[in-house]
Amino acid sequence: MYIGIDLGSRTVKMAVWDGERMVDYQIAESGFEPHRQAEKMLSAFTPTAVVATGYGRHLAAEYFADGVITEIKAHAAGIYHHFPGCTTLVDVGGQDSKVIAVNGAGKVSNFQMNDKCAAGTGRFLEIMAGSLAFTLAEFGAAALASEQEVQINSMCTVFAESEVISMKNRGIPRAHIARAVHSSVADRLAAMLARLGYGEMVAFSGGVARNPCMVALLQQRLPEVLVVVPKHPDLTGALGAALHAAKVC
Amino acid sequence: MSSFEIKPYPEVWQALDMDVPRFDKMRLMMGDMYAKAFLGQPNRPAAMTYFDNMIAEIHGGRVKELLAAKAEGRPVIGTFCVYIPEEIVLAAGGICVGLCGGSQGSVPDAEKILPRNICPMVKSAFGFKAARICPYFQAVDFVYGETTCDAKKKTWEILDTMVPTYVMEIPQCKNPRDIALWNEEVKDFKAKVESVAGKTISEEDLAGAIKVMNNKRRALQRLNSLRHHNPTPISGKDGLLIEQIAFYDEPVRFTDQVNSLCDELDERIRQEVAVPGKGATRVMVAGTPMALPNWKIHNLVEGAGAVIVNEESCIGTRYFKDLVDETVTGMDTMLAALTDRYKEIDCSCFTPNNERISQVVKEFRDSKAQGIINYSLQFCHTYNIEEIRIRQACEQEGIPYMFIESDYSPEDIGQLQTRVEAFLEQIGE
Repeated sequence: MYIGIDLGSRTVKMAVWDGERMVDYQIAESGFEPHRQAEKMLSAFTPTAVVATGYGRHLAAEYFADGVITEIKAHAAGIYHHFPGCTTLVDVGGQDSKVIAVNGAGKVSNFQMNDKCAAGTGRFLEIMAGSLAFTLAEFGAAALASEQEVQINSMCTVFAESEVISMKNRGIPRAHIARAVHSSVADRLAAMLARLGYGEMVAFSGGVARNPCMVALLQQRLPEVLVVVPKHPDLTGALGAALHAAKVC
Repeated sequence: MSSFEIKPYPEVWQALDMDVPRFDKMRLMMGDMYAKAFLGQPNRPAAMTYFDNMIAEIHGGRVKELLAAKAEGRPVIGTFCVYIPEEIVLAAGGICVGLCGGSQGSVPDAEKILPRNICPMVKSAFGFKAARICPYFQAVDFVYGETTCDAKKKTWEILDTMVPTYVMEIPQCKNPRDIALWNEEVKDFKAKVESVAGKTISEEDLAGAIKVMNNKRRALQRLNSLRHHNPTPISGKDGLLIEQIAFYDEPVRFTDQVNSLCDELDERIRQEVAVPGKGATRVMVAGTPMALPNWKIHNLVEGAGAVIVNEESCIGTRYFKDLVDETVTGMDTMLAALTDRYKEIDCSCFTPNNERISQVVKEFRDSKAQGIINYSLQFCHTYNIEEIRIRQACEQEGIPYMFIESDYSPEDIGQLQTRVEAFLEQIGE
């Protein structure tokens, strides 16, 4: 049994791989000491090897992990497992967004990651949802249902929040603003994809891929390709790490 | 390692009208940073002791040398760019120092006056003067700026109210009429330096200075080609450090020390001593300069177990790849030879700048690197845009490539570490 554990900026994800399939998984808040959270999740298992990924990967290696890979490599491995022919991957996590080109063997051949700011990330959506008094689940659904939208110009989380506040105070319905927030993230992802280049199938992973409006808007911006989402998009990195553990440990 | 200290010279700082308590804090911080980044490296060449000492004496020993020169009436001139012909300063018996501009510590001081959304190097440099926390800035007779970017050329106007600032116009194209203008600017620079030095530069003076500078460049070229050996005998951090020290050390002494280091590296290559170890991924850095104490990218790359083997940068090969023709005689011809040499520098402020694209690929091949990290300071428009052409060239040549845009602040370290490690994984597969 092999375990992949993804210590992300917002949550810790664990995937348990028995050599043939994912037999168990867990997701929990990262908390103040993500490695302690991870250790708690691991305590019920006696794996052959544990490979860590995500922001806390090096911390995990200090405490318990047998190996470390970046979340870029981990997501590529996870997506290759789900969609072996897919050569392009968009991963939007809590703290950053990435577009990754994968070769026919599931190896990373190129990638781009957002620069030093939170725009276009899960955290950005979370902050905007908060300022519109939506829960995260309501946020995506309301945006998806909205038939109208306004334009958000700012890409900076701080400025975009001021922009959202001024829209609220102009009496614009919050669903329209929610739609605009989602559109601004989708535009940013589409621009990153255009820079990197993409194949006929684009896989969408990371926690933000659970948001139906983000998936729909990304598909809308890429009409010529098929956007696919794995069953547990937020577990893609953990699964990739588990697969890596099975391969090398 | 714990014994390392950047030595304090409070009486010197006081005499230079510096903010002594503030500067002393910065000294301690930089000392810690240095000890952590440099002194724990495995297999460091013994000759690095000299360069460690240059850092220990950065705020005192070297400053005293500048002040002693000034007391003898020799000019001390601060610069920010590899386009200012140092030979002329040396020929007048003067000292040319590259000024401070690589630290986040002085950026908030600059942002009290300058706009926030401009180059961090310009902000950092300006902040060092505004807050009186750079002994070199306090010691210079004047600053010689240039017109290589908009942020700099407009900042000179404000800086001039704090320290006399002269400006050399560097053209934006390299057509014959641009070179003619440039040559006039070199002559003006000579006249300015002569007026401060109170002496006329003779042909012999200039010929001697050209030799000194060429020898310094030859030593740096030699070091660079030794770094290209596989496995490399010296870390990228130490290589960059020496390129940074090149901007403030006494040139003849520096040249001797670099050559001694190179003798040691020759020996290490014979004995197959590898830093950081055989099989480490070899990375080349291209792009904007990394001024002291900016070791951000090198720390990340070498912290991840790879090694940097070449800097295609102003603090790097752009500073030393070209020599001045030593065979010409007659003052006008010699000044034209200087202009000819300086126009070979392929800064992105020029258009077109095709030379640089092929230079990057050439240095990649020469250095036997396995990938290129192109680094641009935030808001450096010309390097940021030229990135597109470098990327295209790398795609065409099949060179693994990554672009990083960053500044001096630590806030993006986590993301950059992920990107650097993923890039190394990508090269390794």
